[in-house]
Amino acid sequence: MDIFGTLPLWILLSSLLPGLIIFLLKEESIRMRTTLNLFGAVTKIGLIGLMIWGVFHEKTIEVRWEMAPGMEMVLHADALSVLFVSLSAILWLVTTIYAIGYLEGTPHRSRFFGFFSLCVTATVGLALAGNLFTFVIFYELLTLATYPLVAHKGSPKAVRGARIYLAYTMAGGILLLIGAVWLRTIAGPLDFVEGGVLAEMSHLDPWALRWIFLLLIVGLGVKAALVPLHGWLPQAMVAPAPVSALLHAVAVVKAGAFGIVRVVYDVFGVEFASSLNLLPFLGAVAAITIIYGSIKALSQDHLKRRLAYSTVSQVSYIALGTAIVGPLATIGGVVHLVHQGVMKITLFFAAGNYAEKYNVHCVSEMDGIGKVMPATTLSFSIAALGMIGIPPVAGFVSKWYIGVGALEAGQGFWVIPVLLISSLLNAAYFLPILYRAWFKPAKAEWLEEYKKSGHKEMKATLVWPPVITATIAIIIGLFAAAPFSPLEWAQLIASREYRQ
Amino acid sequence: MMINDAIVWLIAIPLLASLLSLVFPKKGTAIAIAGSILGLLASVALVYQVYQSGPITHELGGWKDGLGIVLRVDAMSALFIVMTMLVVTMVGFYASAYFTDAHKKAQFWPLWLMMVVALIALLASGDLFNLYVTLELLGLSAVGLTALSDNRAAVQAAIRYLGIGLLGSLVFLMGVALIYTAYGVLDLAMLATVVEAEPAAQLALALMTAGLLIKSALFPMHFWLPAAHANAPAPVSAALSALVVKVSVYLIIRLWFDVFSPVLQPTASFMLGVLGALAVVWGSWQALRAERLKLMAAYSTVAQLGYLFIFIPLVMAFPVGEERNTALAAFLLLALTHAFAKSALFLSSGVVLQRAGHDRIAELGGTARALPLTIFVIALAGVALIGLPPSGSFLGKWYLISSAVQTGQWWWIVVIAMGSLLAAGYMFRILGHAFGPDESIGKVMAKGSEEIPALILALTATVVLGFGSAWMWDFVNLASPLAGN
Repeated sequence: MDIFGTLPLWILLSSLLPGLIIFLLKEESIRMRTTLNLFGAVTKIGLIGLMIWGVFHEKTIEVRWEMAPGMEMVLHADALSVLFVSLSAILWLVTTIYAIGYLEGTPHRSRFFGFFSLCVTATVGLALAGNLFTFVIFYELLTLATYPLVAHKGSPKAVRGARIYLAYTMAGGILLLIGAVWLRTIAGPLDFVEGGVLAEMSHLDPWALRWIFLLLIVGLGVKAALVPLHGWLPQAMVAPAPVSALLHAVAVVKAGAFGIVRVVYDVFGVEFASSLNLLPFLGAVAAITIIYGSIKALSQDHLKRRLAYSTVSQVSYIALGTAIVGPLATIGGVVHLVHQGVMKITLFFAAGNYAEKYNVHCVSEMDGIGKVMPATTLSFSIAALGMIGIPPVAGFVSKWYIGVGALEAGQGFWVIPVLLISSLLNAAYFLPILYRAWFKPAKAEWLEEYKKSGHKEMKATLVWPPVITATIAIIIGLFAAAPFSPLEWAQLIASREYRQ
Repeated sequence: MMINDAIVWLIAIPLLASLLSLVFPKKGTAIAIAGSILGLLASVALVYQVYQSGPITHELGGWKDGLGIVLRVDAMSALFIVMTMLVVTMVGFYASAYFTDAHKKAQFWPLWLMMVVALIALLASGDLFNLYVTLELLGLSAVGLTALSDNRAAVQAAIRYLGIGLLGSLVFLMGVALIYTAYGVLDLAMLATVVEAEPAAQLALALMTAGLLIKSALFPMHFWLPAAHANAPAPVSAALSALVVKVSVYLIIRLWFDVFSPVLQPTASFMLGVLGALAVVWGSWQALRAERLKLMAAYSTVAQLGYLFIFIPLVMAFPVGEERNTALAAFLLLALTHAFAKSALFLSSGVVLQRAGHDRIAELGGTARALPLTIFVIALAGVALIGLPPSGSFLGKWYLISSAVQTGQWWWIVVIAMGSLLAAGYMFRILGHAFGPDESIGKVMAKGSEEIPALILALTATVVLGFGSAWMWDFVNLASPLAGN
């Protein structure tokens, strides 16, 4: 029995089984629940380590199950899925620790952690999906698993936010389904292949393929929050902080972006998509989204809403990198999958800490908060600087590669201005926050409380997660050229996508 | 020997159980449960037998062509029979906990088992007259079961149901009579060889189809269904929605594609598809607006039956052979998934109704806390009714869309998309309310015998049929009269 072959299944089960057991646990069995959560998260990382070893040694890592004639559920590990799976698993572990601290003493935790595990299972399934059929299955499961998380608080606002989220994602899911069925019907069962598969099928009607591309991208664009399909994202901000963190960094938004990367590179093939004139369309939507999200972020006083619009903008860098034909831009787009996730999760952890500790929800209330929450605010600052694109934090690397890639592909005349304007806007909405947090005087009562607690910021489970992720953001930026860094891995992916 | 007579046992066991439960009313529950389990085993044996040796024909008493009663089972009827027996068994378990009054139980079991006899006999019937008889028997036992609810609305609905059912059977009988006058045969297989595209056959088919459309509650003949299905006792509603209306759809498919294929007109099949599409949209819309859980479930049945009718113009667009069988297998998968999901939904509604004292959707707050398993079952059923993965209906809808693409009938895709979104609307509306904060419902926990059967049905619809139905396509290819013709 080939142990590597079944790895994807075990990786799914490492979060699915704990999740199912957690549903059955009583509210009070905290220790059991925590153990299960951490056991699942750590096991998953270990299994993924094994899988990376396997991919490196060119083992075939694949599970197939026929669900209907010619329709197979395929779980397959390739370079791109390894990248996304690793990101999901590491951030899941950190977020789980954070959530355990954050939700302490609140009701319905078994339900929460149950769905939390299902959500990660769906994300990992998406990452490992070996064809469009499997991808659609996990894409829908992700919607199902996240809906209860968004609605978790049960307040009318939360229920409303969840309903809007559901309406958007269900509609997107249907379009994706129709596109996938259409493609399956005319082109047969398409496993994802590096470099794409459609280019060799010259009998297919190019206009049908264009319509399919549109359906797929619109369906995925809902989750990736491409303008004008982004309306649900600011509404979903009512979710508890760990959920927002996961939603923005790996789960929902990133699943959409990941899907776009898959469709462009491994179904159509970037060169073939370009020959159908599809990429300018994607590039234009991405550019508009980048600028629009940044402008909207400027005017938000509510911190989580500002971060939400920032996500709208930042995730589209991935689509932008994908829309430019050329290995360097591909590297920039793919590596941003990881970089944006690490940085954005830091920002949301910090925002959650502010709300939790001093009930600070708005930018205007953040004066001097750096003095009483130094570790949290330092992490926030690092991530924010990274988002703007200041070296050596990871965000710089992505922007650099996208920019150079655009120049290389002769697309610099519009991509460079977009990058510049966007970076200026990023600075315009992040720097004032940093200024307030560090240089404005803090409220007297905060200082007093900080002193009284012996300069202890918050409990360790809340302080450490942002510190860890901020550190990762610096390390992967600073040591981008090191072996097994996300950048190295993205270069490997790019080299496989442009083999001809 | 035993195995080869599975179909005979499948009719004999419930019939015997029905009579026994009438004679020994106090032992009714035990007799019915034992009979159902035996029947379920026999139905699995039947599927195995048909899978191994192709469609089977059984002449009761050994009378030859056209004289005795002929039973025929192919892939489609075998799958419907196993579906019937699984639903009946699970609902039977639930019913033993649902009815607390001994008198009610004594009335329920004989009628219930008679309904099972009628269902199985109908699915196995090989000639038109027996079809009429079993349809009538099915209608009458269903009406009796509906009237078991004490309230006035249920009795009124039952009386209306009786009238509609008789009307449907009468119209069907007229078609049968016309066929007998024109061709002198009632046996389906013999009829298939002699029928020609001529007015008598066309009129007969139209009449029989019309009668069945009334019984299957296709829009706009659905008006009687919501009241009957929403007011009947929960176990009865489950069987009515999951099985009773569905066998009429089965019969339409059987008559159209196996018997009357020379007579078929594309226009007629298109009309049925249009009515199905209207049913999807109208039924889903009404389900979204319904104020009560059971009424919502009943309107959802109107909508879900619509999908089955959309298959008709699509199946017809394929030539006889593997492509048509593929579409037909998807039709069967969708029908089976709906049967399991809808019966699970009705059983869960029954639990909510009995434990919370009402089923007003807007006041369901707190039920997720008080009845977590039941709400979980409703969510699973919802996954199947919306058509989300990994349910069987996800695959069913995938093929539905795929067939529409292949045959260039794009318009159906719009209907499927709308229906799925509306279904998501009405199912998540229930869940939204159920998870709402409300302390008015105290700490109620239901018994396992009420919740486990529904859970099994819902898991069958979502997980088992999703991951374990690939063999059904082989089955239809191997053991379908369409393949052999």
